[in-house]
Amino acid sequence: MFELIAFYTISVLTIGLFLVTVLSKNVLYAMTALAAGMSLISGYFFMLGADFLGVVQLIVYVGAVMALYAFGMMFFDVTRDIKEKNTNGAVVFIIAGSVAVMLTMIFSMPLGINSIMTLVQPEVNATNPEAVGLVLFTKYLVPFEVAAVMLLVAMIGGIILAGKKMDDSLTSTEDDKIIDTEGL
Amino acid sequence: MDPLLIGTVLKSIIVLSIVSALAGFGTYIERKVLAFMQRRLGPTHVGPFGLLQIAADGIKLFTKEDIIPSNANKLIFSVAPAIAAATAFIAISAVPLFHTFEFTVPVINQLVIVPSVIADINIGILFVLGMMAAGLYAPLLAGMAQANKWGIIGSSRTAVQFLSYEVVTGLSVMAPIMLVGSLSLIDFNNAQADGVGSWIVWQQPVAFVLFLIAGFAETNRTPFDLLEHEAEVVSGYATEYSGLRWGMFFIGEYANMITISFLLAIIFCGGYSDIGFVAGWLAMLLKVAFFFFLMLWIRAAWPHVRPDQLMWLCWKVLMPIAVINIVITGLVVMLG
Repeated sequence: MFELIAFYTISVLTIGLFLVTVLSKNVLYAMTALAAGMSLISGYFFMLGADFLGVVQLIVYVGAVMALYAFGMMFFDVTRDIKEKNTNGAVVFIIAGSVAVMLTMIFSMPLGINSIMTLVQPEVNATNPEAVGLVLFTKYLVPFEVAAVMLLVAMIGGIILAGKKMDDSLTSTEDDKIIDTEGL
Repeated sequence: MDPLLIGTVLKSIIVLSIVSALAGFGTYIERKVLAFMQRRLGPTHVGPFGLLQIAADGIKLFTKEDIIPSNANKLIFSVAPAIAAATAFIAISAVPLFHTFEFTVPVINQLVIVPSVIADINIGILFVLGMMAAGLYAPLLAGMAQANKWGIIGSSRTAVQFLSYEVVTGLSVMAPIMLVGSLSLIDFNNAQADGVGSWIVWQQPVAFVLFLIAGFAETNRTPFDLLEHEAEVVSGYATEYSGLRWGMFFIGEYANMITISFLLAIIFCGGYSDIGFVAGWLAMLLKVAFFFFLMLWIRAAWPHVRPDQLMWLCWKVLMPIAVINIVITGLVVMLG
């Protein structure tokens, strides 16, 4: 019974929060709803017994959305509503139409397939993180390594982009010096 | 009714009430310890040794006018303090505070076994750290919602602090996890059950120091109290708050301090196992009290750092040390 209550509560909340994310004109509401929705998705993992993935979802998205807030803070006045400048109806139509087609296909997919089966049987005696680790380091080792290399590339790219003046600290430099070096 | 359900509800109420009371008591202890170290007296007027100062502060917080600034985003402004308190208490729910209690009920003569942890999940340590990290949304949202420049500075400092310490917390705790081979805090405790010699702190002193430093940043304590440092940003994210909403931030902060103390005791210092003749619960309380005292001690002894210094420290000093520590631990575990 608790599982049922939890499932319906979390589903309604998640859908509602993501609707707010999409529809709200206030950056603060949109980002907060995004963060809350992302945290609530971990609830589905907990209900399915995948504790480890649930916590990973929580940790990863708490950090990721926090970085998004930093951008929101820099670009917008978060207490005001944003006027969107998009006047091109065709783009909106194409994007919304293709998303609708994709959703229809996703939802109708299970109808056409008779037998859905798991590719990898989980170890019976393993705890949750162990089961994830066993699958990750045996059957899916190559995708895992490729993902690791991709993350490394992204990290090095980030360092190169941001690291031009890494050794100068803006905080400990005098104001007039900053203006000199920036050439303003 | 399901006994598990009743037990969980009862334990939640007990932990909630005791930890919020301790959070209030923590403010008194903090003022007394700071006063002692700075050769002042601290609170003395209300009650014996100023003990009733907590009650006086509580009454003051409850009866203060609750102000919401007119330009603020009212919904987010009201929700933010609740996030601070709620995440702090949710984090405690997965921490095994003491032994599993076993006692016989006198009338019906039945053995009752009560595990002290509210939710025994086998990924306890990650859950606690993740929940405490989610707690930083409270200062972030509070600062952004209040339409105040000091608040915005406070919340951007929150983002800086979060992006700095989070990687150190995760990496530093990785080495002990590799030694124990489990993410469950109960397994951590059981791995160190053979007395003081088996404490993980002796095998992982580097990880202990790193986790301690990251814990200070996580609970927003000096030397990393960037978010609300009075001398620089008035009160940071809490500038526009008053009354009970302001109080909830501090209940959250002190509850987080208690959680971090429990985590340090369980992960590195033997947890609630007996030490010789000292009973496990007493040993646990002493360790937690020591770590709590350590936080106050460091607040009295150290100046605080700048945000850029914190980021420099975390990414350029602590993170490489943590990675090297993990590599060495991995080699030792594999070869040994």
